[in-house]
Amino acid sequence: MTAPPAIAVERLWVTYTHEGRRIDAVRDVSFAVAPGETFGLVGESGSGKSTVLKAIAGLVAPTAGGVRLAGRGMTAKRDRAERRRLQYVFQDPYGSLHPRHTVDRALREPLEIHGFADRDAAILAALAGVGLESRHRFRYPHQLSGGQRQRVAIARALILSPGVLLLDEPTSSLDVSVQAEILNLLTRVRSERALTTIFVSHDLAVVAHLCERVAIMRLGEIVETLPVEALRASGAATPYGRELIAASRGYVRHDEPLASADVSER
Amino acid sequence: MTDRPLLEVEGLDVTYPGRGGAVRAARGVSFALGRERLAIVGESGSGKSTTGRAILGLIPRPGVVRARRLAFDGINLGALSDAGWSRLRGRRLAMVMQDPKFALNPVLRVGAQIMQTYRLHWRTSRREAERRALEMLESVRIRDPETVFRLYPHQLSGGMGQRVMIAMMLVGEPDLLIADEPTSALDVTVQNQVLRVLDDLVAARGMGLIFITHNLTLVSSFCDRALVMYAGRVVEQCDARRLGEARHPYTQALIAAAPDLDHPRAVLRTVTRDPTWTT
Amino acid sequence: MSATTGSYGAWRAWLDDAAPKSQWQARLGEASRVVGKLAANPLAAIGLVIVAALALAALFAPWLAGGHSPTAQALGARLAAPSAEHWCGTDELGRDIYARIVFGARITLLIVALVAAIVAPIGLAVGMAAGYFGGLVDMALTRVIDIFLAFPRLILALAFAAALGPGIANAVIAISLTAWPPYARIARAETASIARSDFIAAAVLQGAPAARILVRHIAPLCVSSLIIRLTLDMAGIILTAAGLGFLGLGAQPPTPEWGAMVAAGRDMILDQWWVATIPGLAIFVVSLGFNLLGDGLRDAFDPRST
Repeated sequence: MTAPPAIAVERLWVTYTHEGRRIDAVRDVSFAVAPGETFGLVGESGSGKSTVLKAIAGLVAPTAGGVRLAGRGMTAKRDRAERRRLQYVFQDPYGSLHPRHTVDRALREPLEIHGFADRDAAILAALAGVGLESRHRFRYPHQLSGGQRQRVAIARALILSPGVLLLDEPTSSLDVSVQAEILNLLTRVRSERALTTIFVSHDLAVVAHLCERVAIMRLGEIVETLPVEALRASGAATPYGRELIAASRGYVRHDEPLASADVSER
Repeated sequence: MTDRPLLEVEGLDVTYPGRGGAVRAARGVSFALGRERLAIVGESGSGKSTTGRAILGLIPRPGVVRARRLAFDGINLGALSDAGWSRLRGRRLAMVMQDPKFALNPVLRVGAQIMQTYRLHWRTSRREAERRALEMLESVRIRDPETVFRLYPHQLSGGMGQRVMIAMMLVGEPDLLIADEPTSALDVTVQNQVLRVLDDLVAARGMGLIFITHNLTLVSSFCDRALVMYAGRVVEQCDARRLGEARHPYTQALIAAAPDLDHPRAVLRTVTRDPTWTT
Repeated sequence: MSATTGSYGAWRAWLDDAAPKSQWQARLGEASRVVGKLAANPLAAIGLVIVAALALAALFAPWLAGGHSPTAQALGARLAAPSAEHWCGTDELGRDIYARIVFGARITLLIVALVAAIVAPIGLAVGMAAGYFGGLVDMALTRVIDIFLAFPRLILALAFAAALGPGIANAVIAISLTAWPPYARIARAETASIARSDFIAAAVLQGAPAARILVRHIAPLCVSSLIIRLTLDMAGIILTAAGLGFLGLGAQPPTPEWGAMVAAGRDMILDQWWVATIPGLAIFVVSLGFNLLGDGLRDAFDPRST
């Protein structure tokens, strides 16, 4: 009897009403992530990839369908024990840390909420684990660089030793060189702990670097799912998938048909 | 063919005074530009946007711009009056910025804005200006120019907004266009459409283009030459298509740091910052 | 680096340390940056000096009153002009006005402090609850806020003072009842916008209960707006208290409340101008001081100003 998938998304729909209009951010999305796997969700703006992640995290309530973690159905209302098992890293390192809390305080908060002992030791270990030093410990976010803030966010996510880590474009606002450091950090962290990870990004190269399987999303739906090796070797099966891969390779100076008109009312 | 270069920059320095000491956003930047495409590449804080804005005289106070030589088509930009700048900007020098939401006037319809720019530089009738604006919208491959003419900026998608901005900036028929991260805020499939528009227009009009970006993949496919900046200094100038043969360690590290779909690596190379790069 | 040596230099270096060794060092360092920004602004510094003078006058009144008692009557020396003996003259009962001003600072400070202590926490609590929970809670609380906002401050204060009877305590209650709604509104708006931030989502994801998020994450961010509003409101509170005193509903004689002093002097304003004008000037200066301080605090708290 095989273990249930660490994460199972089943026919998920998330709909918003904005100014009286219904917007389907996520439409009938289903996929499963095995324990220990790193799964990527790629898409452009409006594809719904971040909304799927938020629904898995319980930050957004599904309109229909559901999310299962290790076989158990989850709603948006979760208790403390359930919250501990899944953690999240946000895109904007400037917004995900409380501006008036020092790094120490930011890392202490989850420990206090869950009643950990030995908090100082845990904080120092968490800092070391993401490549920060004790001199960063009592700084405020505005005294840290973007890369350092993101390291703190990752340390905060890992300090409770969750089994699942959700990453929402964690390197999109960072410079290329800083992104490389963070990606290397995530690779190392993943091999040190048995983490199940979902990585969301609009950058196909970044997702391919870190993930084993990738789902391509567009306008709320999954267009196709394929292993990374297949992506690299033969490319995608669907036209949109191929378009995305080609676009990621950069601009090509030769005649190619343009995509359809993109006038859109807000 | 051996006419003078379109743009000559020698020893450009941009400094902002600050409490902890002056911030030197650009230091000793020198290059010449003909009717070609030059990429200025760098990360945040490298001085690439500062350089672009200094050329257009857009550095706000209290920033101070100094250069041994800063000349556009022989005109000394350092000594221009406000009136002189008005004659150049929009008509011979133009800039396309990253986010059309912030560069387009939100309360004016798109067509009206393009007409306004046109009539600033040429005395023509409204009808003529309107015709010209529609022509520009068509030239940026907008499928339905009459409809888009009447839209407000917030009704445009990202790619369309960027193309409108290009139309507005090129209506004056400038000789030099500075594009500051024109596609960074766009989805990757839309980026190429916008780049195609820029490509065709620049080629058709024989314009000079300065393309400021942090995206190295775009540089090698879109531009002719590249300038790599780090901490306000130019650390490398080379042929854009031969970036892979770059000699400066920073450029090499930058290329190696980006993940490549076709060449997977377990560990990405990180940039160890050498203090000698900033001397 | 600072050129000062000795203990001030060491203290400065400790505060500005880029790698603080403890939570307290970090906190004090931040506070010193705010104070530094405040002190660098000349008008704010003036405001700070005035407010500090008020506090000092209140604290050390017996020693600063020049030896006179605020309540000792000397009917033989009534309505004396300002002189070396009585720096601000005497009032209609021969009491030294300067001493009454100095002791009156205690009353003013007491009223202002009590109102602030009542109004800010209530406004914060109501506003945060409305802004964070939204929905029905927000609707209900907003209606309550609107009801209290509908009353003009002085008239409601008058009504309460008339119903409850005159006296400082009742004046404080009356003023507080009308002064708290704007704070609730500010707190509500700030909370609603803060609650959308990623760092609050992060706290929710860690399993923090709502109370913890409100008290430890959101409240600290609302506090600076409330403090600024409070200092700017001080002038209004002082004037309302003075108004109540003027109408005989605040502090009762012989308590030297500035508003009551102005009232007492109004019949003599042409001949013995000092009886009404000096307390009026005191009210003006203190209100101005709080306003300047409030403006300075707003600039100092604003993270965008250098």
